[in-house]
Amino acid sequence: MQGFLAWIEERIPMMRVANMHAIQYPAPRNMNFWYVFGFLATIVLVNQIITGIWLTMNFEPSAERAFASVEFIMREIDYGWIIRYMHSTGASAFFVVVYMHMFRGMIYGSYQKPRELLWVFGMFIYLALMAEAFMGYVLPWGQMSYWGAQVIVSLFGAIPVIGPDLVIWIQGDYVISGATLNRFFALHVIALPLVIVILVFLHIVALHEVGSNNPDGVAIKHKKGSLPESEKTPYEIHEYYTSKYDIADDVVPFFPHIVLKDLVAFCVFLFVFCYIMFFAPEMGGKFLEHPNFEIANPLKTPEHIFPVWYFTPFYAILKAVPDKLFGVIAMFGAIAALFALPWIDRGRVKSWRYRCGLHKWNLIVFAIVFIFLGYLGGTPQENWKIVASQIATVMYFGFFVAMFLYSKNENTKPVPARIPK
Amino acid sequence: MSNVSVDANQSAPKDNQPQDNTRRRFLTVATSVVGGVGVVGAAVPFIASWNPSAKAKAAGADVEVDISGIQPGQLIRVMWRSKPVWVVRRTPETLAGLEKHEGQLKDPNSEAEQQPGFAQNRYRSLKEEYLILVGICTHLGCSPQHLKDGAFEEIVEGVPNGFFCPCHGSKFDMAGRVFENVPAPLNLVVPPYQFVDDKTVIIGSEGEAV
Repeated sequence: MQGFLAWIEERIPMMRVANMHAIQYPAPRNMNFWYVFGFLATIVLVNQIITGIWLTMNFEPSAERAFASVEFIMREIDYGWIIRYMHSTGASAFFVVVYMHMFRGMIYGSYQKPRELLWVFGMFIYLALMAEAFMGYVLPWGQMSYWGAQVIVSLFGAIPVIGPDLVIWIQGDYVISGATLNRFFALHVIALPLVIVILVFLHIVALHEVGSNNPDGVAIKHKKGSLPESEKTPYEIHEYYTSKYDIADDVVPFFPHIVLKDLVAFCVFLFVFCYIMFFAPEMGGKFLEHPNFEIANPLKTPEHIFPVWYFTPFYAILKAVPDKLFGVIAMFGAIAALFALPWIDRGRVKSWRYRCGLHKWNLIVFAIVFIFLGYLGGTPQENWKIVASQIATVMYFGFFVAMFLYSKNENTKPVPARIPK
Repeated sequence: MSNVSVDANQSAPKDNQPQDNTRRRFLTVATSVVGGVGVVGAAVPFIASWNPSAKAKAAGADVEVDISGIQPGQLIRVMWRSKPVWVVRRTPETLAGLEKHEGQLKDPNSEAEQQPGFAQNRYRSLKEEYLILVGICTHLGCSPQHLKDGAFEEIVEGVPNGFFCPCHGSKFDMAGRVFENVPAPLNLVVPPYQFVDDKTVIIGSEGEAV
């Protein structure tokens, strides 16, 4: 057996890569529960791919048959319902863990130097994920599929000059039609999953190059020769890291320490996930909206149109601006601002534990504003909500402006040189 | 190779260094350009295949509508290019009322090109009585509701009839003109159409000026 493994290892570096990127990867020992969401996102991605492949086996991507084929999966295929609910609940779960993962990055400054590209790759994953989720939501061809697609595709119509023709090109017809459904299907099952998997690969490669941040934002890699032997980690860390740096006694190897912690989180996650999947797969119309149980009808707009919950904060920003083009610009600007976060934050201290009080409040208010925007974008239009969403939109962008201003000359607490015991 | 590169004066070229950079540069540029043209050419089918198919274009042909049965105040919906098109027979009171609320409209004179030339008037129609509109909100493509017999009063005071978009609250009057302070930027679209006779209208093409 050893000989066989050695035979393989000489031809392809399986164990070397496994040791370098998983087993002997140095992880800060103070990683807390916020650090499980990247792992969970990977698990959900695998769930989406597997259940997606199985759904494809019975789904028919045509305007005539799509809605009926989803009903067929739900009612006639053995366990078809569980596969579909795993996929639909997985979509919402994906955004839950990704939002948590992103907020973790924000509070502990994981986007700061030298992790800018790591953050940017993550943002590209988020963007691809939004496109993937949007197109997936169109496929069952219910009322909300159809009218949601109508709203999102018309956003491109706001682009001056080329807008109207661009919309027809995207739709492949003068309206959202079977042609649109078919191409969204192709993008949803082949193109975007490939893009996401490649981006996730790059995200992890970039992460392992710069190393994981931690709740104290303290570097675990030190200049070669700067640490006495007594302060170096006693664990076996892969020479890829130890040959370039002195790794402080602040780390644990990824396996088994971090893997086991992640597995605990995975169990908790499964409890919640299964509860929703079995008892509330529609989540009161938030995960699967009620109008989507009616087949798409181009002549009848549902009384209220909302995207699924994970898009509603940006939808509220779109609605808050009383001008179509500027509304679209504000909505995409809200995402673009997140992309630019590593350069908007001019601070040198990473974790909010050691940053000024204003920064902590800014982050907390931002999170509340984001959730509030989600509420505004996901409930019927009322007069007070117009003003409220305008205020919330200003506060959303205010987060970035404020951070840009105070982070330059910020009153920070001293950051310890090593992770506090 | 007779001509030696200019750098040769400063340092003797090693064997594996190019002797003639200008030729190499020419070949590099020429290869890149030819390759680039190839890539652009190869991209054409992939981009063009996203255009509406011949079938979709054919389905976008004109439709004929019998308007003889429409009662005053009534709205009928027909499909044209898979879009809802409304044909409304407006009452004289409605037509008379169009003038009153023009102060509250974004574009009362239909200056934005949302209609064929013949409909650039207060009634936005060929024959005053018949209003023909594409029933899709100019904001984000929802289909507005027809609120009549005073139901629109709740939306805009003093205007008994109109169109209200349930998606984002855009409001239009009985000529499809958009009100101020709503998200829709433009008046509703008037499709090209022509009357064949008193009973029949063809939607999709304009005839000779009537």
